[in-house]
Amino acid sequence: MSPILVGRELHKSYGLTLALRGASIAVNEGEIVAVMGPSGCGKSTLLHCLAGVLAPDRGEVHFNGQRVDLIPDRKRVGLRRTAFGLVYQFGQLVPELPAIENIGLPLLLAGRPRRECLAQAGEWLDRMGLSGLGNRLPGELSGGQGQRIALARALVARPRVVFADEPTGSLDSVAADQVMELLVDTARTQGTSVLVVTHEPRVAGFADRTVLMRDGVETVQANGAGSRPPGVESLRVGTGATAPSADIISWAGREAE
Amino acid sequence: MRRHPLAVRIAIVDGSPRARSVPYCYWVYPASIVPSVTTAYALLGLLEGTSRHGYDLKQSYDRRFGATKPIRFGQVYRTLAQLERDRRIEVVGVEAGAGPDRKRYSITREGVTDLDAWLSEPEEPQSQLQTVLFTKVVLTLLSGRPAGAYLDAQRAKHLEAMKALTAARRKTASTQDALLFDYQLFHIEADLRWLEHTVLRLSTLAEEVRDVPHPGWA
Repeated sequence: MSPILVGRELHKSYGLTLALRGASIAVNEGEIVAVMGPSGCGKSTLLHCLAGVLAPDRGEVHFNGQRVDLIPDRKRVGLRRTAFGLVYQFGQLVPELPAIENIGLPLLLAGRPRRECLAQAGEWLDRMGLSGLGNRLPGELSGGQGQRIALARALVARPRVVFADEPTGSLDSVAADQVMELLVDTARTQGTSVLVVTHEPRVAGFADRTVLMRDGVETVQANGAGSRPPGVESLRVGTGATAPSADIISWAGREAE
Repeated sequence: MRRHPLAVRIAIVDGSPRARSVPYCYWVYPASIVPSVTTAYALLGLLEGTSRHGYDLKQSYDRRFGATKPIRFGQVYRTLAQLERDRRIEVVGVEAGAGPDRKRYSITREGVTDLDAWLSEPEEPQSQLQTVLFTKVVLTLLSGRPAGAYLDAQRAKHLEAMKALTAARRKTASTQDALLFDYQLFHIEADLRWLEHTVLRLSTLAEEVRDVPHPGWA
């Protein structure tokens, strides 16, 4: 299995705040990877850099052999629309559009015929267990329903990678399970890779692999750094008997002195 | 006898063949008796800095770990005898006092090796782990060992269990079984949240642990 998405030595700061300090990650084709860490640890920034939403200050992002961080804005938007799907904590649906048009949006924006777009969106509506709700506006849907619409929108263009940033953050545990099950099942069926950023261990349980991010300020890093070089270090945890499901990326994100 | 559906899951988490046929309740409840093992290591850990009498040990133990349940003298002496028999500790002196003679114990090299192994070994995720996890973190910090590596290893172990349990729960068609899996998942999740929380507060905790007046520790 070869990685379809690779982030290497990514650095990103917002003004004086260093959000990423040399984070590296690789996602294999069809693999579901969770990135875990506390609030403010930079996991969303990592996701946005990988998805081409943010440009890293330093480091490289490779998708399918292409340098995402180097391609011009307009082409990157195209890539995001066709090869990537994005899901956020709060659906971020277009409030004026009915559910079915929200789902079909990526296809409509790609210039596909409207009738065809809506037909496909309708199939996704059924697949998400929301048949009959196509004409509802986002404001008329429950949180879980809205999130499933967002999921369908992220998947409708059959992307290679789905990026999900706290996709269950605003849901109760039953609705959250439902969203994760749909996401994982669909990704498996289509061979889509998924990168899900979460602080919920329950969500990480759905992933093939979990990457932990941690803030470099704590003693953990001072004690644990030892001979490791500053910046990225990735250490495998576990013994040979079973494949370890958690890679620990030690990374540092803190306010620059 | 009907094979309990959750036996499969237990084997996944536990990894030992013995657990394969053990029903859930038999597996969970012994887990809450784990602290007796923890107590032995806690006493061993408290002996690492300096040699002590049984009475000293009880005082130290209660100050660190006995907030909810002080250790009984009987248990201290029983555990010390066991540790001595296993060559983890040795008697380094006997002092005559008003009452019976007081033995002074010291940790042996084998004791340090054993303690080291226990402190760095992540626990199998299960219910009722709080005592052992807490004891490991505090003892690790007390002895100046790095706690981050242990906490990371423990988180990885818990995440592996989350993954196995989630997979098993998704396979089951029965809501009853799914809810039993959920029970375990929520408990492991709680442990994980505590581990993450502890990672974030590790430097403060280290300071606090050092600050507790404790003659034996430099």
